Amino acid sequence: MRGFAPILIVTALLATVPLITSSNVVLNFLVVALLIALVGQGWNLLGGYGGQYSFGHAAFFGTGAYATAILQVQYGINAWLGLLIGIAAGALVGAVIGALSFRSGLKGSYFALVTLAFAEVLRIIASVAPITGAGVGTLIKLDLRPEAFQFQSRAPFYWIILALVGLSLVLIRMIEDSRFGAYLVALRENEDAAQALGVNTTMVKLLAMTISAAITAAGGCFYAQYFLFIDAGIAYGPWISVEALLAPIIGGIGTVFGPLLGALVVKTLGELTKLMTGDAPGLDLVIYGSVLILVIAFAPRGISGILLDLQRRLRSLRRAAPASLGGGHG
Amino acid sequence: MSRQLLAVSRRRFLQSTTLGAAAAAAGVLHAPAVLRAQGAPVKVGVLHPVSGALSYSGQQGRIGAVMAIEEINAAGGIKALGGARIEAVLGDAQSTPEGGNAEVEKMNGAGVAAIVGGYASGICLAASQTAARYDLPYIVDVGVVDAIVTRGLKNTFRFGPGFGVIAKTALDNLVTINDQADKAAKTVMIVHEDSAFGAGLAKLLNAQLPERGFQILETIAHPTPTRDFNNVVLKIRAQNPDLVIPANYYNEYVLLARTMQQQRVRPKGMYSVLGGAASSYKFVKEFPEAAQYIMDCNHWFDPKNPKALALKKKIEEKGEFYTYEVYMNYSCVLLLADALERAGGADRAKIIGALESSTFAGHVMPYGPTKFVNGQNQGAAPVNTQVINNDIQVIFPAAFASAKPVFPMPRA
Amino acid sequence: MLSSVILVPAVLNGLMTGAVYALIALGLTLIYGVLHIINFAHGALLTAAMFAAFFAHTLLGLDPYVAALGLTPLFFLLGYGLQRFVIGPAAHGEDRNILLVTLGLAVVIENALLYAFRADTRTINLPYAFDVVEVGTAFLAVPRVIAFIVVVAVALALWLIMRWTDTGKAIRAVAKEKRGAELVGIDVAHIYAVTFGLGTACLAIAACLLIPTYYVNPQAGNAFVLIAFTIVVLGGMGSVTGALIGGLFVGVVESLSSLYLGESLGQIGIFAMFILVLLFRPSGLFGERA
Repeated sequence: MRGFAPILIVTALLATVPLITSSNVVLNFLVVALLIALVGQGWNLLGGYGGQYSFGHAAFFGTGAYATAILQVQYGINAWLGLLIGIAAGALVGAVIGALSFRSGLKGSYFALVTLAFAEVLRIIASVAPITGAGVGTLIKLDLRPEAFQFQSRAPFYWIILALVGLSLVLIRMIEDSRFGAYLVALRENEDAAQALGVNTTMVKLLAMTISAAITAAGGCFYAQYFLFIDAGIAYGPWISVEALLAPIIGGIGTVFGPLLGALVVKTLGELTKLMTGDAPGLDLVIYGSVLILVIAFAPRGISGILLDLQRRLRSLRRAAPASLGGGHG
Repeated sequence: MSRQLLAVSRRRFLQSTTLGAAAAAAGVLHAPAVLRAQGAPVKVGVLHPVSGALSYSGQQGRIGAVMAIEEINAAGGIKALGGARIEAVLGDAQSTPEGGNAEVEKMNGAGVAAIVGGYASGICLAASQTAARYDLPYIVDVGVVDAIVTRGLKNTFRFGPGFGVIAKTALDNLVTINDQADKAAKTVMIVHEDSAFGAGLAKLLNAQLPERGFQILETIAHPTPTRDFNNVVLKIRAQNPDLVIPANYYNEYVLLARTMQQQRVRPKGMYSVLGGAASSYKFVKEFPEAAQYIMDCNHWFDPKNPKALALKKKIEEKGEFYTYEVYMNYSCVLLLADALERAGGADRAKIIGALESSTFAGHVMPYGPTKFVNGQNQGAAPVNTQVINNDIQVIFPAAFASAKPVFPMPRA
Repeated sequence: MLSSVILVPAVLNGLMTGAVYALIALGLTLIYGVLHIINFAHGALLTAAMFAAFFAHTLLGLDPYVAALGLTPLFFLLGYGLQRFVIGPAAHGEDRNILLVTLGLAVVIENALLYAFRADTRTINLPYAFDVVEVGTAFLAVPRVIAFIVVVAVALALWLIMRWTDTGKAIRAVAKEKRGAELVGIDVAHIYAVTFGLGTACLAIAACLLIPTYYVNPQAGNAFVLIAFTIVVLGGMGSVTGALIGGLFVGVVESLSSLYLGESLGQIGIFAMFILVLLFRPSGLFGERA
């Protein structure tokens, strides 16, 4: 899908949801799904477009969350300002980890493992450091005023996260069109060749990681404002690292809408399985995991892949000239 | 499990889930305070982390709550509503605050009159806050963090004690027990797990123990899970404190106690505060030697209350252990039922009012009649227990005691 | 704190704990070294093995060390089957897919265990579980000493298998150069499955060694996974010797850093080491230069 039109259309459509329904169950579900979409989009830039799989995106999520929370609770700084600072802090952490990792030439599984380790280190530090409240966690005071980035109704939260997601979609689209994006994809496909052609792959990766971290950190800041309570396990735990990579991979890695699609599908799947299995503990997750495996087995390029395949098939059907060898379906 | 015992109809269940809500979204208005016609069942949300890391406690909590609901229904339901039955809307918080949050939304969508449960402090904080948006009464079953009742939320009530009270009671009782034993213990080592529960407690103990004449040799924090306690026990052995104070969850407590037994470390006393296993029948049954004489300051039922003992029998007949999650949730539901009776309806605001003025004494805890100030039940306090002769006895306070403390521990 | 009264037992403790870590890491390093996949399901498989060991004792009355004789081939077959019929086919050979498949597998296994056996923590009480061997000032628990000996024996056995048997050579060939191995007629899919099976078999043994002193619940295995990864990286991916020495080393480092920094902060020592190794010597101590 080319151009910015699809992004505007999708965002506009989604924006109408609170006007159609006032069910907070639905709104809450969508807010969480959009949050995961945002976090996943951050991962997608580095992993999908750049080919560098990170298992530790929690490091950025948690930094954003804690930055916002600590600034409000300990220093009385405004929450909106906290959002900006949180994003900057996340970007900084991304830059540092990126610099260390890429300068050492880490790639593939080694890179994945080092990001995992960094996230764990941050989690352990957060669980003992006094400033984060250590084990007790940090509670942001309930203060339902827009100036404090808290709202009585779910709808403003929904629109804000939607705006953030929309911005991330636009950003990724812009990167796709830019030279930087081309370099990124080039080094994903063949890093040595890209280097041979004169691309400064280390700097490109570093920039991608920094932006990726910033996007994910924004998600963390939002989480803190929405739930008002974080601790080391929530902020830096493996759960968010997994969610960050799950959504883009299911939805379509390296595509603009992949994370959004994936997040909606994954969360809906979660609800469906809970519905089917009622109260039996663990059964819903068994189904969840099995579906995951099946999706990978039969649709490895994610949902976007399925849609693109369908598109191509339809096109080749339409063009069905007698001696045609079919559309370019690889 | 308990599915067949409750009539949560599929249709209603569907309506209460996201998809059901989405499907019905077109005509659904924001759920107002529900007024029920006489006889129609009253819905109560029962929220626990039944899957994920806290699943054992969550499942125990659910058992207690559900049992209470069954008993109330069997005894004729809510009389003030013409014998209306209580209908449980079960929710799985999946051991995370987000999970708890989502369930509260669904329960609200299903039109519950109130919610009971949460178990973990993080879940309780998020869930009660969400419930507050709808002025939905929320009764916390266990969550001990003080922040739960200091946020000024009118809808949140905690039946059990919070940290501050637990630590103070533990300390007071320790001093008394120690005095009765001619001040046998002077030096102390604290071993605590490093999240909300353990860290908060350790902080309070560190502040208050020295004032009471104890010397803290060392405070050791450990993560949950911890794979190995050999080094911790090494340190204990090297410094030889009179008293070891553990504050951690079941698994770690078991490992610690076993390792101490292995390393032949026997202080004069093990005095745990909110010990994960120290007042657990399961622990006593499985490790009688390691469990002997361990003292705990923890949630416990009133051993002189026949209702409590009857419940114990019922639970054990089902093959379950009688753990604190069970009887605390049981009591919370009874408390709610009483509030429903006095409120005369499932109106949320009235229920909150009824809870605020509640003087309920029909529960099974050693708290006396309830009295809520800012949402905290004033009479709530832990009691001291000790494992004596392979059974758990209450040793303090005297009003509820069933045995005298054995301290210092006899040398093996 | 530097007194030998504490230091020596701490080091000995670290060695014994490290031995079990090493065995878990052995499985992982084989799988990583040959299949080049990060096996997310390792922790869940360990949990499954621990449940198996638990039930072997409570239902069949088998002592864990005896049960190991039966469980090891059983889990070998399980691992073989998983790789041959689930992971391999589902992944279509792409690394990133394998990641997700093993992740999905981990979720399925862990929650199936939760559904089947509930969340209670289970333990077994063996008569000799509290016996100790006295070495100087240290009391070493008998099950842990046995574990140490068994791990060294298993590592030796694996090393011999890799060195001298045809299968072992085939495994090393596939690890080094998959295409080439295929060309000389080695059935790569079979070798992959055998390797995975060996990895799971290691977990079965580790589970039997752990169960006398540890507990089991659906999440028990997860606690060991990150440490296992650290050891794999430290020792060099695919190196049996590396996993053994790395495991012992990590065990000692963990023990000492928790002694000096406290249990919580002490865990950082492991990850700091992990990161440093990755940054400066990613091939590990015994691995081949990347």
